[in-house]
Amino acid sequence: MLSFNSSNIVSKTKTISRRMFLLSSFKAVVLIGIFGRLASLQINDSLKYQSLADKNRFRESKIAPPRGIIEDYFGAPLASNTKIYQLHIIPDSAPDIDVLLFRLKSILNLSDQKILLLKKQIAKRKSWDITIVSDNLTWSEFSRLNLFLHELTGAQPVVSIARHYHDNSSAHAVGYVSEISANDLKNKKYLKNLNIEGVAIGKTGLESALDEQMLGSPGYLRYEVNAYGKKIKQVATDVGLKGKTFRTTLDQNIQNISTEALENVSGAVCVMDIYNGDIIGMVSAPNFNPNSFVHGVNKDEWRGLIENRDKPMLNKAVSGLYPPGSTIKTLTALSALENDVMNPNQLIKCKGYTDLHGERFHCWKKKGHGTLNMRSAMKRSCDVYFYEVARKLGIDRLSETAKKFGLGQKILENFKEEKAGTVPNTKWKLNNIGKNWYIGETLHSGIGQGYFLSTPIQLCLMTAQLANGGFKIKPRILADEKNTVNNLKEYLDYTKKNPIEINRKLNPQNFNLQPLFRNQENINFVKEAMFAASNEPGGTSYRSRYVKKEFMFAGKTGSSQIKKFTEAQRENETKQSDITYLERDHAWFVAFVPVQDPKYAISVLVEHGGSGSSAAAPIAKKIIKKVIERHEIRIAQNNQQLGKKI
Amino acid sequence: MLYTRNSLYTPFAIRDKFFQLDYTLLLSILMLGVISIFAQFSSSGGQFDYHSKSHAIRFCVFFFFFLGVSFINIRFWNDYSLLIFILLVLLLVAVKIIGVQSQGSRRWINLFVFNLQPSELMKIGIILFLSNYYHKISSSDVNKFRYLFYPLVALLVPFMLVVSQPDLGTAILILISGIVITWLAGVKWKIFAYLSLLSIILAPVVISFLKPYQKSRILTFLNPDSDPLGAGYQIIQSKIAIGSGGLFGKGFLNGSQAYLNFLPEKHTDFIFTLYSEEFGFIGSSLMIFLYFLITFRITRIGSVTRSIFGKLYCYGFATAFFIYVAVNMSMVLGLLPIVGAPLPILSYGGSSMLAMMFGLGIVMSCNIYKNNNIS
Repeated sequence: MLSFNSSNIVSKTKTISRRMFLLSSFKAVVLIGIFGRLASLQINDSLKYQSLADKNRFRESKIAPPRGIIEDYFGAPLASNTKIYQLHIIPDSAPDIDVLLFRLKSILNLSDQKILLLKKQIAKRKSWDITIVSDNLTWSEFSRLNLFLHELTGAQPVVSIARHYHDNSSAHAVGYVSEISANDLKNKKYLKNLNIEGVAIGKTGLESALDEQMLGSPGYLRYEVNAYGKKIKQVATDVGLKGKTFRTTLDQNIQNISTEALENVSGAVCVMDIYNGDIIGMVSAPNFNPNSFVHGVNKDEWRGLIENRDKPMLNKAVSGLYPPGSTIKTLTALSALENDVMNPNQLIKCKGYTDLHGERFHCWKKKGHGTLNMRSAMKRSCDVYFYEVARKLGIDRLSETAKKFGLGQKILENFKEEKAGTVPNTKWKLNNIGKNWYIGETLHSGIGQGYFLSTPIQLCLMTAQLANGGFKIKPRILADEKNTVNNLKEYLDYTKKNPIEINRKLNPQNFNLQPLFRNQENINFVKEAMFAASNEPGGTSYRSRYVKKEFMFAGKTGSSQIKKFTEAQRENETKQSDITYLERDHAWFVAFVPVQDPKYAISVLVEHGGSGSSAAAPIAKKIIKKVIERHEIRIAQNNQQLGKKI
Repeated sequence: MLYTRNSLYTPFAIRDKFFQLDYTLLLSILMLGVISIFAQFSSSGGQFDYHSKSHAIRFCVFFFFFLGVSFINIRFWNDYSLLIFILLVLLLVAVKIIGVQSQGSRRWINLFVFNLQPSELMKIGIILFLSNYYHKISSSDVNKFRYLFYPLVALLVPFMLVVSQPDLGTAILILISGIVITWLAGVKWKIFAYLSLLSIILAPVVISFLKPYQKSRILTFLNPDSDPLGAGYQIIQSKIAIGSGGLFGKGFLNGSQAYLNFLPEKHTDFIFTLYSEEFGFIGSSLMIFLYFLITFRITRIGSVTRSIFGKLYCYGFATAFFIYVAVNMSMVLGLLPIVGAPLPILSYGGSSMLAMMFGLGIVMSCNIYKNNNIS
């Protein structure tokens, strides 16, 4: 038994030990496998897994960069950024969201509708996501909130920044910003990285044209999140890059006085430096409050703006198309003289109308002007005289001159909403209307009616180019943009000092100038006739003249017909104020100032203002005074800027 | 047969028993225990909350239990093996009847102090029973059909009971432990070949009984990227945590994956992931070495123990212990499907800790009484 037992034990032990050895070898293999896997994960692929862990761990949210500023010529902000006070709530940290909303409702006077909307928003989002209760709180609301903050757990007053416009005077030129729409995202590639809560983009005016450069580049907030996406702590911040600041050529003072002058009327004013093309004033009326759009305009306000008869959203200075009316007579006369079709001394008798091929063409003065030469015809704006000039000149030659002076084309590159207008000629009519030109249409065109359409900025440029002696200038609205024709003033100053040399050594081409004339005498004739119209008795804008030499201007009125007068109206001498507003003539006035040494050109349009002399010229008069008063300051600023550059 | 009457039985004084302890093994266990307390502390977010506190208390209590078990004569454990096994089977049956249900499975018995998981104890019970069984029968009988019947039944009954809880992971571990002992005892390769052939034939039948989540776990293991937010999420996040730990780790309490809750089940099955993220390759190697050392010491005790029961038990337990570690680590390293197998000593769980300390206690008892022949 014992021997069996011990042999049994021995044989069992033998088997067990042998098999255990095999098993241990197997274990060693498994151990090496596990060890190898560990090494591969933690040594070979460690970097890969570290980046994966960081991807798990960090979330980044972009921060809206501060938008670039738009300044006037003197550095005063037209559009800048301002602190705004917002209220955010984080449902997660509120003990009872309904109670919180109820409290907020009474503190901020929120409507039931707003509360309902908020509840909907909160339900849609994760409980730790921020919901913005109020975009733009007043200071008093904000301080009231802070007072009650201890009982508003979960609510968070936040100071943020948003676009701010200082007044409405430059609303059209500067434009406005608003939230990014789905369409913007589709059409504007540069928004790809900028679709961030709080970024507003330019929709009109300079805000739109300079949008890409003014947006800047976004910053980011990096924070740690847990597996459920809840923020644990903030890790890093980068405030981003502020957008570019732009200085314009506009003068806030001119903008203000122009806005004031256009009060209660619908119209536009443009003021331009005649030598370098700087637009120092560009105002359209009525205006709107661009601040309303920053946080999204409300429905009622939007409807009010869109349905307004006077189209406040339209920048009439560059997008308003009106027949130029009698202001075109300056170019009709110039064209006739340049083409040698008329002698300025030729006399024509105005008996109130003229007949051509059985059609009767009326002068605005029923009784007629009597016998006139070209100077008097311009001064008194006789239509009959210019019918005759136009007839002799022909539409194609007139249109050539008009185009040369900037009509019928976009003249600024900064406004996508700018309109080109129309300068008709025979070819144009054939291409666009498909009919042959009638001689009668030439007559209408000669006094700026018919197919002619132009914008206030075009007529301002036209006047400026007449005033500077007939040289082409390139208008600009951004002050730091390179000006291609910046030595015109030097040339003119030089010729003034050395009058004999003009025709010999000093060819305008040497100054990189583009003269728009064949004979400068013709330009001077037109300028002189404009002087007469403003400063001689019987002139159309004589009543609005300045006697003081420094403010004395030379101008041309215009009234562009909306609807042809009926015979009955003509017989009764119906006054403009007696007919329906929308059928009244548009009133124009273009001028340059001062007469002795012209510096600025101005164009004024008053929609349905009646006559240019009564509606537009007085407005121009007000603005001109300010423009001259600001001249010295502007020169000083200009010199300072030049000094800075050197 | 009473051990007290055995003439060869040499009663030790307590002092002698202390001399007979295997201190390498003891210190390895103690060190692992200390590491486990730190790991649990970290998994609770760096504080002593319910989990980490009760784990620390359990380790202390069960460490003394381990010493107590080791001081009891090995013959006692041999004699009462069958009884312990039967008791555990009865407990498994009781689980079916009065068990506590949690997350879709019924594994626990409420003992008021804590919930006992008999399937964990069965891991030791099966080793005890089979060691005792093969100790008793003669080596010539091992491969006789009559003598194969009991072990087969003793294996299948607890296996089926645990599978039906359902707890596939534990059931497989019990099965493997049993097979290992049977094989060590000398059962022929041929028989295992027949049985595995049979089980392959039966596999489709078994699979049809699997719960959907068990099926999906196996599928996910085969291709974890197929469902990155579902079942594959655990494997992916575990690999990210371990891999991002790198050579030196992110530092104690600095494991971002664990802290920010990307890591699932970080108290229990994925405790090694947490440790590995914080202590890196070096710390993980140290831990693997400790487990290796423990396995090695147990095997060594088996080789110096005279009795067949002691040998079989130590070898069996060493292998089972190794398998638990290997399965858990392979699982979190993405080498095996997530089956729900805790890491011995490190994972949170009272029953698992109890079973391991009990098992290790018997090993230590083998060491103390290594010269004892059990007739």
